[in-house]
Amino acid sequence: MAILYILQVIYINREIAMATRFTKSMARNIFFGGSLFFFLLFLALTFDTNQKLPKRDNSQNLTASVIHGKKLWETNNCIGCHTLLGEGAYFAPELGNVYVRRGPDFIKAWIKAQPTGAPGRRQMPQFNFTEQELEDLVQFLKYTSEINTNNWPPNIEG
Amino acid sequence: MQYQSQAVAKPYFIAAIALFVGQIIFGLIMGLQYVVGDFLFPEIPFNVARMVHTNLLIVWLLFGFMGATYYLIPEESETELFSPKLAIITFWVFLAAGVATIIGYLAVPYATLAKFTGNDLLATMGREFLEQPLPTKVGIVIVVLSFIFNVIMTMLKGRKTAISLVLVLGLIGLAVFFLFSFYNPHNLVKDKYYWWWVVHLWVEGVWELILGAILAFVLIKVTGVDREVVEKWLYVIITMTLITGIIGTGHHYYWIGAPAYWQVWGSVFSALEPIPFFMLTIFAFNMVNKRRREHPNKAATLWALGTGVMAFLGAGVWGFLHTLAPVNYYTHGTQLTAAHGHMAFYGAYAMVVLTIISYAMPILRGRAANSNKAQVVEMWSFWLMTVAMVFITLFLTAAGVLQTWLQRISTTPMSFMATQDSVAIFYWMREGAGVVFLIGLIVYITSFFIKGETKAT
Ligand code: HEM
Ligand code: HEM
Ligand SMILES: [Fe+2]
Repeated sequence: MAILYILQVIYINREIAMATRFTKSMARNIFFGGSLFFFLLFLALTFDTNQKLPKRDNSQNLTASVIHGKKLWETNNCIGCHTLLGEGAYFAPELGNVYVRRGPDFIKAWIKAQPTGAPGRRQMPQFNFTEQELEDLVQFLKYTSEINTNNWPPNIEG
Repeated sequence: MQYQSQAVAKPYFIAAIALFVGQIIFGLIMGLQYVVGDFLFPEIPFNVARMVHTNLLIVWLLFGFMGATYYLIPEESETELFSPKLAIITFWVFLAAGVATIIGYLAVPYATLAKFTGNDLLATMGREFLEQPLPTKVGIVIVVLSFIFNVIMTMLKGRKTAISLVLVLGLIGLAVFFLFSFYNPHNLVKDKYYWWWVVHLWVEGVWELILGAILAFVLIKVTGVDREVVEKWLYVIITMTLITGIIGTGHHYYWIGAPAYWQVWGSVFSALEPIPFFMLTIFAFNMVNKRRREHPNKAATLWALGTGVMAFLGAGVWGFLHTLAPVNYYTHGTQLTAAHGHMAFYGAYAMVVLTIISYAMPILRGRAANSNKAQVVEMWSFWLMTVAMVFITLFLTAAGVLQTWLQRISTTPMSFMATQDSVAIFYWMREGAGVVFLIGLIVYITSFFIKGETKAT
């Protein structure tokens, strides 16, 4: 595929040189050829990434509790205020490493204590989780904190 | 209006503008919550306002793209639309689905919404920008597919131009990559990896085809420059888009658990992504300079040029600012990201939709261009909104740089919340600029109601 593409480009370049006129149909061919080539390259890189992920993504620790925790994370739209591994909203602290920063007991106590009601301060809603649900969320955050993120974030503050 | 069926574009444009107003109101609510944390709490928590703000943005842009397509495809194809009726039906379906979703966000807790809309059958909710309940997501797919069907059937019976081909490719890409919103693996790394196939491959991939095609269409119309020239530019621009933007997805794979080699692939290719945006600007100015006619719609020309410039600044310059891995390590997920997101979305996609509305709406209302008076007001709104957005971006950039410094680089790093308190002044100023933006938007809407002398089409 790559070779075909390169040949095509060389052919087109020669054509440009010979005709010294860059036509619309040449432009179109380069568009289709170029896009296809880079899309296939992207698929190849994705395939390779998938091969390498098991060593990095902590998927061996995807327990039922973690899976349920992820679902709670999603169905309560936590990402609407927080970042997780740097993605999400920027209104409230990064939680990808909160398990390391605060530990399980603090996290549970914190969630239970919301909202603080401190006037003027940003507020987090009360979600009325059961003890089991709190445990699942903590397990999800623990799992997340053990993903190999190439040392991100730069420090414990996230 | 050359073809009767182009008229279906009108409700799409009106809906787009109405939803745009909603988006900005919720932006201002959030902007205030940034500094007065308990504002409207617990009635509208921040995360709810954010969903409304970003989802309204996406929906009004989609309305804009569809309206643009229904307007330009008959003219490009030199034939009536395959089915105007289908276009009107899908309009109402899409509007109803959109409004119902927003009401759902505001009326019930998100967890309840998830429970009653089948999220247990297929969990797709609760991920940024893809918060829509399952029925809404399915609805979007159905609407977009019927829309693409309508467009392709129209093209098949008429002239096939490069502009319509590129537009349709972009729309098909939009539909195809949206399908990844239904894929939500338990494995967080994979979830994030493919989430970007919707978000990044949309805005830095297929949507740029839509952007390029709409802009090319308007430029041909207002400048009278030869189609051959415009379409050649279009192909070259979108070629650059896809050969840089596809692998450029890697700039989101640095810190989410993907292999470290993405730091190289992502940095190199995404560093080239500003090129197509730069070409877009050059293209717009070039065409206007070489114009063969003086089109009476000056406002549309201004929007077209503005799109080029602002897309380059927001996506090209502000994107480049934080795209190299060593920089992104410190800036990832800060206010700098928000600064870039705002200017890029506004400069590229909001503005291109406003460009086509500016060009097409007068014609849909039976005149070549609006009266001078109305155009002057519209141009005022252009400057108010655009300058306000520049300032929003600058204030968020200042907040982001300080945040990065205080929280991530400093030898005595501050906590997130303490950092937020120390940059609050910039959030106040952002909110001020936001109010100016809203005023600009009100002026914009006013311009539609200003009469004055006009020439018939
Ligand atoms: C009055 C003007 C506006 C204000 C005050 C405003 C405010 C905000 C706020 C506070 C956020 C949430 C940031 C966070 O997650 O912490 C946000 C997100 C966002 N807004 Fe706006 N906004 C405004 C206008 C716009 C416009 C005109 C657009 C685009 C055309 C836009 C596009 C976005 C996008 C794409 C996001 C998500 C950003 C990201 O994830 O990085 N906003 N906005
Ligand atoms: C019109 C085109 C573009 C739009 C609408 C756009 C919009 C956005 C938005 C909304 C985000 C935040 C996503 C989130 O919430 O996590 C983002 C992130 C990002 N964008 Fe863009 N973008 C565009 C083009 C570009 C270009 C051309 C570049 C590079 C040159 C770029 C570089 C980045 C980077 C590096 C991030 C990640 C920031 C982080 O690590 O937090 N973008 N973009
Ligand atoms: Fe991107």
